[in-house]
Amino acid sequence: MKTKESPATTRASVPTPVDGASVELRNVVKYYANQRALNGVNLSMAPGEFVALLGPSGCGKTTVLRALSGLESVTEGQIRIDDTDVVNTPVNKRDIGMVFQAYSLFPHMTVLQNVEFGLRMRRVDAASRRRRASESLDMVGLASFGGRYAHQLSGGQQQRVALARALVTRPRVLLLDEPLSALDAKVRVQLRDEIRRIQTDLGITTLFVTHDQEEALAVADRVAVMREGNIEQIGTPEDLYTKPATSFVATFIGLSNAIDAELVGSTVRVLNAALPLLGTGPAEGLVTAFIRPEDISFAPTGIPATVVASSFLGSLRRTQVRLEGGELLFVQHEVQLRPETGERMFVQLRGRAVAVEGRR
Amino acid sequence: MSAASFSAEPRRVTRWIILGVAAALFVIPILAMIEFSLRAGQTGGYDFSHYAAIFTAGRAGTYDVLFQGITNSIGICVVTVLIVLVLLLPTMILVELKYPRLRSVLEFICIIPITIPSIVLVVGFIPVYSVVARMFGSNPWTLSFAVGIIVLPYAYRPIAANIAAIEIVTLTEAARSLGAGWGQVLGRVILPNLRSGILSSCFITIAVVLGEYTIASFLSQNTFQTALVLVQHTDPYVAVIFAVFALVFAFVLLLIIGRLGSLGRNRRSA
Repeated sequence: MKTKESPATTRASVPTPVDGASVELRNVVKYYANQRALNGVNLSMAPGEFVALLGPSGCGKTTVLRALSGLESVTEGQIRIDDTDVVNTPVNKRDIGMVFQAYSLFPHMTVLQNVEFGLRMRRVDAASRRRRASESLDMVGLASFGGRYAHQLSGGQQQRVALARALVTRPRVLLLDEPLSALDAKVRVQLRDEIRRIQTDLGITTLFVTHDQEEALAVADRVAVMREGNIEQIGTPEDLYTKPATSFVATFIGLSNAIDAELVGSTVRVLNAALPLLGTGPAEGLVTAFIRPEDISFAPTGIPATVVASSFLGSLRRTQVRLEGGELLFVQHEVQLRPETGERMFVQLRGRAVAVEGRR
Repeated sequence: MSAASFSAEPRRVTRWIILGVAAALFVIPILAMIEFSLRAGQTGGYDFSHYAAIFTAGRAGTYDVLFQGITNSIGICVVTVLIVLVLLLPTMILVELKYPRLRSVLEFICIIPITIPSIVLVVGFIPVYSVVARMFGSNPWTLSFAVGIIVLPYAYRPIAANIAAIEIVTLTEAARSLGAGWGQVLGRVILPNLRSGILSSCFITIAVVLGEYTIASFLSQNTFQTALVLVQHTDPYVAVIFAVFALVFAFVLLLIIGRLGSLGRNRRSA
């Protein structure tokens, strides 16, 4: 097993950066009994990169994380950490840090003892164990909570301690398995930003599993969208939003209007407009086009529409309209414009390229 | 709506009546036993002569069978507790961690003994014990194999409840990810968190073993209960004195179990 030296003195508030490891999954396949959970997943992460695995439940994202951690064996494929295949390395030798969805602090130990656990397993002497655990607690802002037990902490505090516990050994890879999903909205955003800050400070390669697209887009360097055991698309949050590679990504990331359209060459005829096709489309003919609410606007002339409902979203307003053909569309616009329900208006498409899918 | 008349719990007077009836039910026989053991012959007076007689007569060997029975029972207790700790406990942990689908099967197996009367079990045990006797001799402790089955339902429950109360799988995975080997997971994480369940199981096991009569009697072993029955024929006073001791002992065990249970609760909800 690889042992790592930690500098003898570190100021608690300025954590020493670790050399994040590179991670590569090559063609990873996993079967549960006869069920194929992972369908040949390829994923590579640069040292220090923060990648979010996003997808609906049952898409295999947690299986990927558990395979990387070693908690789950894989049926086929390679998992390389720093160019070493770790497929046959047991969990406790992989040098990873993990934060779980369920509260996972050891109930019979104090917060400090919890954080010290990983160091104890690595036979670090008592004095440096205590010092490093205190530093780690300080890093998550819980320096004064060392003597408490898990049941005396809030959910958010427990997850912070879990994070401190996972990071205290300075692992090569940090794995976060929906660590925020049990928390309430405000704490969730707070802790999410804090995880990102600590991750950047430490430079630790991090894989973050979530089903919440907003969470994934907000924190990750790159987001991998998974569906039915495959990675559908991996890219920066901006890329996924503006250039979805598949209709699944287009509808899963952000809000999209699905509108009947016709594909002619590389031109999409949708409503009364002809828009360029984004990426590669299916065969020519009838298709479904995916158009973002912000790519539709109200105009003095255009396609007639009746306002169905309008909701105020703080910095903007989203209005649902019904076209003459009965289609319902979301239009995003400035808050100053306040459409009344039943009002007759006109909508227009902006000229942006659209993703389409062949109609079945 | 008046809170008092629709309250979920019974009113104060009702509560005291229920408590009084239950207490009388338990206390009267015990007081009667104590009263009986203190009677000084036919005179109508009371003294400690029967208590004293245990020790004086003991020297002459009158109650040897009783003391031998107690010794045997303690031996059976030890081996039965070992069976629970070495066989049942690891099985339950393994099923929980690795084979959760087998949980209901294990539960079913552990409940079976309670549905079968001892006397029926014993009929099945007799031919089995001819084999056991050939392998281990007919030492009293071999009774533990049979008693180990009888105690399964009682030993299973507290451990199962304890396992259900902690996130054993998540805790194990957390410990593994922090670098713990299986031995460390068991010793530092699982067992400390199952402490109260394990202790409860052990105490209940001891209580069941000390109260077991049918199997010991039919397999011709001398245990505390069989000796008590035997002695009762010749000296009812001494039999009653030991019965009182046994009750007090069981009562103390139950107190300890209750205490352990509440300790576990406090830690969680404080």
